[in-house]
Amino acid sequence: MTTSPEQQRDLYRHLLLTRLLEERMVSLYRQGKMTGGLFRCLGQEATAVGSAFALEEGDLLIPIIRDLGATLVRGARPVDILRQVMTKADAPARGRDGFLHFCLPEKGLYSAIAMLGTAVSVVAGMVLADRYLGKKTVGMTYLGEGGTSTGAFHEGINFASVQKLPIVVVLEFNRYSYSTPSEMQCGAATLADKAAGYGVASAIVDGNDVLAVVEAARRAVAWAREGNGPFLLECKTYRRKGHAEHDGQAYVDPEELAEWTRRDPIARFERHLDEGGVLDAAAREAVRAGIDAELDAAVAEAEASPAPIPDPEFRGVRADEEAVVKRREETFVGGLR
Amino acid sequence: MSGEATYLDAIRIALGEEMERDGRVILLGEDIGVYGGAFKATAGLLERFGPQRVIDTPVVEEAIVGAAIGASLRGLRPVVEMQFFDFAARAFDMITNFAAKHRYRTGLGVPIVIRGPSGAGVHAGPFHSQSPEGYFARTPGLAVVVPSTAADARGLLKAAIRDDDPVLFLEHKLLYRRAKEVLPEGDGVVPIGRAAVRRPGRDLTIVTYGAMVPLALDAAAELAKEGVEAEVIDLRTLLPMDEETVLESVKKTSKALLLHEDARTLGIGAEIAATLAEKAFEWLDAPVLRVTAPDTPIPFAPSLEAAYLPGLSTLLAAARRLAAY
Ligand SMILES: Cc1ncc(C[n+]2csc(CCOP(=O)(O)OP(=O)(O)O)c2C)c(N)n1
Repeated sequence: MTTSPEQQRDLYRHLLLTRLLEERMVSLYRQGKMTGGLFRCLGQEATAVGSAFALEEGDLLIPIIRDLGATLVRGARPVDILRQVMTKADAPARGRDGFLHFCLPEKGLYSAIAMLGTAVSVVAGMVLADRYLGKKTVGMTYLGEGGTSTGAFHEGINFASVQKLPIVVVLEFNRYSYSTPSEMQCGAATLADKAAGYGVASAIVDGNDVLAVVEAARRAVAWAREGNGPFLLECKTYRRKGHAEHDGQAYVDPEELAEWTRRDPIARFERHLDEGGVLDAAAREAVRAGIDAELDAAVAEAEASPAPIPDPEFRGVRADEEAVVKRREETFVGGLR
Repeated sequence: MSGEATYLDAIRIALGEEMERDGRVILLGEDIGVYGGAFKATAGLLERFGPQRVIDTPVVEEAIVGAAIGASLRGLRPVVEMQFFDFAARAFDMITNFAAKHRYRTGLGVPIVIRGPSGAGVHAGPFHSQSPEGYFARTPGLAVVVPSTAADARGLLKAAIRDDDPVLFLEHKLLYRRAKEVLPEGDGVVPIGRAAVRRPGRDLTIVTYGAMVPLALDAAAELAKEGVEAEVIDLRTLLPMDEETVLESVKKTSKALLLHEDARTLGIGAEIAATLAEKAFEWLDAPVLRVTAPDTPIPFAPSLEAAYLPGLSTLLAAARRLAAY
C-alpha cells in the first residue's frame, strides 16, 4: 500500500493546515478570545493526520485533545474548530463544550472525551453496533501514555479483544503526560507491550514520519476490518509545548526539546516532497497561501459569530424533560421572584 | 399471559417483549447469556435472540457501559445488566460524566438502560446490598427508576428502553420473588416520572419507593386499625421527581413522612423535605419526618441488618407521632 503523489499532497495540506490553524488559535488565545486553555499538538501533527488518513469513508473516529489534525482529516472545517474554541452559538457544540468536544456523526467524527481512556470502550461499542447492523466499519481512537495507565483503557481493550471488535487505538507516545515523564507513567518498555496482555496485535512506528504512520495505520485498519480484532499502534513522537499554553514546561530538558525540534514532522515531509519531486517549494508556498487565505476568512467568520444566549429554561439535557424544566422553573426562577 | 408473574418474571418478560418489538435492543452484561443472569433476569433470552443480541462480557463494568454508550450513538438501544448495582460504582464516570452529559454537550442522546439488583434485606452484606440511587438521582441528564411492583417493573422497564436518554433502572432484589401479580394485558407501559398513590388516606402522607412500599402499606393497614388513615405514595421514579403528586397529597393531609432504605444524609427524603419546605410550608401541620437507614455501611449478620433497615415498629412510631402532632 503506497501513498500516491496526490495523496501525499493531500497529506501535506492537512499537516500544514493543522499547524497554521493552531497558530491562529495561539494568537486568539493571547488576545483573550478563546474560552479555556489551549492544548497544542506542535510536533506531533504527523501522528494524528497520518493515522486518520488511513480510514475510509464511513469509518469512525474519536480524537483526544491533541488530535486536531485527525479531526480536520475527517472533514471538520477550520471555522467549526475556531467557533468551538471561542464557544460560539453556531459552533457544533453550541458553546456547551469546547475545542474537539463535538460530534459530526455524518463525518464519522465523535467528541473527544475528557476522561482519559474512556473512548476505548465507547468506540468499541460503536463498531459493535455497526457490526450488528451489517456494516464493516473500523473505529479509531487515541491515547497518550497517561491514557494507557487508566483502568478504562484496560477494560476497553480487553472487552474489544474478547469481542474481536475492529478498532485501532493509536497510542501517542509523546514523552510527557502533563509534567510526568514516560518512565514515571509506564513500567513497560513500550506502550505496545500492553497489547500482549490482551491478545491483540500491535506495532510501533516513527510518529514523525507521516508516510510511515499512514502505512502502518493502513495495515492496522485492514487487520481490524478483516475481523482480527483490535490493533494498538504506537506512534513515537514528542510534545514540543507544555501540557497547555499556561505550562512553561520547566521540567523539560532543553537539549531534548532542541533535538525534537530538528525532527519536526512537517520539515521532514517537505524534504521528502522535494526529493520525490512531488511538491516543490514554490508549490508548497502556494498551498500555504491558500491555507492562509482560508484561515483569514475562517477567523473573521468565527469572530463574527454570536456568543450563545442563555436559555431561561436551561433546556436540552434530555429529550423528555418537561417535568424537570417545570420543577426548575418553579424552584429557581419562581422561588427567587 | 395467565396467572401471576413475579417482579423478576416481569423484568424478563419486558426484556423479551422489547427485544421482539425492536431489533435495536441488545443486552450486555456479566453472565447474562448462557447462565441467564445471576438472578436469572435474562434466562432464555440468549436462546431466543442469539449471541449478537445477548452479549456476555468480561468483568468490565466501565467498558460495558462505555460500549453501550457507543452502541447507542450508532442507533442501538442497549440494556446493561449490573450483576449487583453496587458495582455501578465502577462505571460511575461513564454514567455521570459521559452518558448523563452527552445530549447537553453534543445534541446526541444516549438511549441506554442500566438495570440490576439493588437494596438490602437478603443478608448479602456491605457490597451487595446498597441503595445507590442517591448518587445518581442528583445527576442532571439521568433518569432514575425504582419500581416496587411486578406490573411497574415490566411497564417502567419498557418505558426506560423506549426513552431517548440514559435511564438507571434500580430493581430491588428483595422484591424479585416476593412481589407478584397478574400483569395487565397489552403493552403495559408505565410512563417514567409519575408516582402512584398506593393507598389513599387523609391523615398523613408516607412518601416512599422500592421495597419500602410494602412496608409502608403494612404500616398503613396497622394505622387504620387505630383510626389513622395514611396515604402511601410510591414515587416509582426518583429523577425526574413527580412533585405534583407529593404536593397534592401533603396539601390534603398536612403531614409528611419520608421513608427510604438509602442512607439518611442527602437521601431522596432530604430533597423531598426541601421541596415541601419551599412549596407546602403553609399547608404543613407538623414537622416533616424521615425514616431511613442510618448513615453506616450495611452489615452482614441478619440481626444487624434487621436493625439497620427501617422496620415496621420504627415506621409506626414515627407515623403515630405525626398523627398525634
Ligand atoms: C481520568 C483522567 N484523569 C486526569 C485527567 C487530567 N489530565 C488531562 S490530560 C492529562 C495528561 C495526559 O497525558 P497523556 O495521556 O500522556 O496525553 P498527552 O497530553 O501527552 O497527549 C491529565 C492527567 C483526565 N483528563 N482524565
